Amino acid sequence: MLPTLRFVLCGSVDDGKSTLIGRILCDSRQVFTDQMERVEDDSRRYGTQGGATDLALLMDGLQDERQQGITIDVAYRGFQTARRRFIVADAPGHEQYTRNMATGASTADLAVVMVDARKGVLPQTARHTRIAAMFGVRHIVLAVNKMDLAGWDRDTFEAIASAYGTVAEAVGVSNVRTFPVSALTGENLTRAADSTSWHTGPTLLEHLETIEIEQPAASRPFRMPVQYVNRPNPDFRGYCGRIAAGTVSPGEHVRISPAGTGAEVESIVVWRGTRDSATQGDSVTLTLKPDVDVSRGDVICTADNPLAVADQFQARIVWMGDEPLAVGRPYRLKLHTCEVGAAVTRIRHRVDVSDGSELAAPQLGLNDLGVVNLATNRPIPFAPFDESRELGRFILIDRATNATVGAGTITYPLMRASNLKWQDFDITGEKRAELKRQRARCLWLTGLSASGKSTIANLLEKRLVIEGRHTYLLDGDNVRHGLNRDLGFTEADRVENIRRIAEVARLMVDAGLIVIVSFISPFQSERDFARTLFQPGDFLEIFVDAPLEVCARRDPKGLYAKAMRGELRNFTGVDSPYERPETPDVHLDTQKLAPEDCVELVMRNLE
Amino acid sequence: MYDNTSPPQSDRRSRPGPGPWLSSLESEAIEIIREGIATAARPVMLYSIGKDSSVLLHLARKAFWPAPLPMPLLHVDTTWKFREMIAFRDRVAAEVGVELIVHTNQEGADAGITPFTHPSDYYTDVMKTVALRQALDAGRYDTIFIGARRDEEKSRAKERVFSLRNARHQWDPKAQRPEPWNLYNTRLQPGESLRASPLSNWSEADIWRYIADEEIPIVPLYYAAERPVVERDGQLIMVDDDRMPLLPGESPQPRRVRFRTLGCYPLTAAIEGDADTLDRVIAETLAADHSEREGRLIDHDGEASMERKKRDGYF
Ligand SMILES: Nc1nc2c(ncn2[C@@H]2O[C@H](COP(=O)(O)OP(=O)(O)O)[C@@H](O)[C@H]2O)c(=O)[nH]1
Repeated sequence: MLPTLRFVLCGSVDDGKSTLIGRILCDSRQVFTDQMERVEDDSRRYGTQGGATDLALLMDGLQDERQQGITIDVAYRGFQTARRRFIVADAPGHEQYTRNMATGASTADLAVVMVDARKGVLPQTARHTRIAAMFGVRHIVLAVNKMDLAGWDRDTFEAIASAYGTVAEAVGVSNVRTFPVSALTGENLTRAADSTSWHTGPTLLEHLETIEIEQPAASRPFRMPVQYVNRPNPDFRGYCGRIAAGTVSPGEHVRISPAGTGAEVESIVVWRGTRDSATQGDSVTLTLKPDVDVSRGDVICTADNPLAVADQFQARIVWMGDEPLAVGRPYRLKLHTCEVGAAVTRIRHRVDVSDGSELAAPQLGLNDLGVVNLATNRPIPFAPFDESRELGRFILIDRATNATVGAGTITYPLMRASNLKWQDFDITGEKRAELKRQRARCLWLTGLSASGKSTIANLLEKRLVIEGRHTYLLDGDNVRHGLNRDLGFTEADRVENIRRIAEVARLMVDAGLIVIVSFISPFQSERDFARTLFQPGDFLEIFVDAPLEVCARRDPKGLYAKAMRGELRNFTGVDSPYERPETPDVHLDTQKLAPEDCVELVMRNLE
Repeated sequence: MYDNTSPPQSDRRSRPGPGPWLSSLESEAIEIIREGIATAARPVMLYSIGKDSSVLLHLARKAFWPAPLPMPLLHVDTTWKFREMIAFRDRVAAEVGVELIVHTNQEGADAGITPFTHPSDYYTDVMKTVALRQALDAGRYDTIFIGARRDEEKSRAKERVFSLRNARHQWDPKAQRPEPWNLYNTRLQPGESLRASPLSNWSEADIWRYIADEEIPIVPLYYAAERPVVERDGQLIMVDDDRMPLLPGESPQPRRVRFRTLGCYPLTAAIEGDADTLDRVIAETLAADHSEREGRLIDHDGEASMERKKRDGYF
């Protein structure tokens, strides 16, 4: 059997939505005898078919609706035919209940849009189509209903079908199927029509039973918004969530958005056991190693393709609040499991629901559709709605009443600076670093040749990158061969060498990077000079300490041997002094600490 | 696990594991439960001992495994539940190791309000609706998990997954919050509370299939057995204890009956049948032509009864 089809039924009041569902339920034997008896009873009191059974009463559940004969709120109904399971959201027609229709459309794969054959395409029809499309519905079925009252007239049907085609095209929905039906009699709905020879092909219900809805590929990068941190005891910390995209297995590398922290999936915990893998749609609990810090609202992502983070967006929005949407007013925004403060910084335009034209608007009122710029009070992990439904949709909540006042989808992030006025905005090193979510610094490693500077520098850089930091490593090799190619080993050249390295490091820190410098830099005065180029605290003198005898014994490049034989001049430690740092910011005793521990020690000093 | 309540297992072998549909319902329910717990200050689960409650409890335990259930169970005891229900309740609470809060409207009980002496809607109001309000107020619960399903009844089909109640536990169907996607708005003003329904999208058949797949224990009353019943107004009522006043000429007869839904024994009609295993119950349920609520006598009281009860704070 095909996967369950969730569809939303929309149309204006009295187009026959409730009747259509009632008819399908009846004909697929989904109505219990006692329910039918009650409907028959209700029909005599409230029915619109002159006392005959009014199938609409099967669906219209609320007392007010029955008395007024309209559908106020979206009703969900599950049913099953021999070929498929369905969940239908019967959505209200009145403009004032558009928000309820949006609720119904949000979980639908397909929309059945109803039009009364005698009335044709109305502004409501366009509105519903537009909302359905905005909420992600890609398939539309147009049901031209009450064809019995229109004498099954082919021209009437075709005129409506073509008018609707124009609407659908404007909205950008290409998958439209059209059916002339009578919900009352079931013709072309659940059975072939007696009265149309001109319409051939499957019935509307058959179409619903057989249509295939493309599912997002499981090969998308893994993303799981964290809903809940499960900490029953100090030995267990699990991250609970429903996988939004992709698959996951133990041993895979992940990164936590927005922090950028790296970790490995240790296990996928399920009821009384573990699993070897889990895929999108599954509710699971993950444990990570190391046990990094993760909170509700974070997203666990595949390590090599983490989720983008931003705090300014362009979004489509449908306004559902009684009070209009005001620019600059603070709301609460909920995107996947992440809740932050947010404000609309600009209404780009309101969308005219009937023709899709863009209108200038100072505010958005109840049921208006619009395109806005949105700012959140901190950067949040997200994906554009077109890439990922789950990670690109949000609601806005009023801070005073807690009402849900808006629903929207992210079109794309806006660059941080683009919304700020140029004249009062200086791009500083701090701003650049902030964009990279880090503090830019210079980590200056000094020590004898073969003391372990390069090993530690490389490990340190790897560690930083795993944690999502932006880095650069300056060492003898990459500088000597390019920038400092013109310098030799004279006293003056050595001073110049260090000066250039320190200046380059300063520029890179200003660019927002964490720069690791790995140079012997034997003289305290040179290191002190380098320090003067940075803000206090942005320069860390890190002493990689290994005794001369040990370095000389290691001598991986044979340099000590050469120097001792007099083939190398001015070699630090042999015929040129090394001045031990008096008060290094970090002292790495390589006699006592393994390289990994040295990295750990440096990392702790960065916090 | 508590084998004495499990159905005979003989017909279990042929069944495949949970299909994609049940798995997705399960994942959705767990997502809803976690969302409620993540945002609640004082959560509670209404435990009515029936099959939906059993499924809900099972899902909640799954959601937080290996942690214990992060909320207590609340049972509103009218004192007229089937004895087997109470025994089952106490056994489950002990097995699961969860706090069980049992509340009875003592003033109502002291005033002698029973299903036999008072009209059923009045009895229900005092012993269930008022009792529930008392218990919720006493516990100051803000998120109340219930096992309601949209397919049960028409007004429920319109209710949100997270449904807002005012400080007097009333539901305003016209002022429901829009609830797009899975973005549940769980924010509350002081005094307000939420009814969270993780089983919203489940059907009765889904519940039964899931009970079978997961081997969830249920009250044996769901299986056909010989039980003493009397026939009143065309309904079979089980005589569960000697508090039931018999009418002249009435005497309990042993009949092979089972229950599709469980509540107060004087208000819950049995159906005749031989379904004494889970698979037979499922087969009968799928073939049924009456809705399960038909067995609940209170739902027939008056027009739009359930909606009115909800507006008044009944669930
Ligand atoms: N003749 C005829 N009447 C219909 C048809 N479909 C619906 N109706 C009637 O139109 C009225 C409104 O139908 P209803 O289903 O309540 O509309 P809703 O507001 O869209 O749910 C009712 O009186 C129905 O009996 C149809 O195909 N033919």
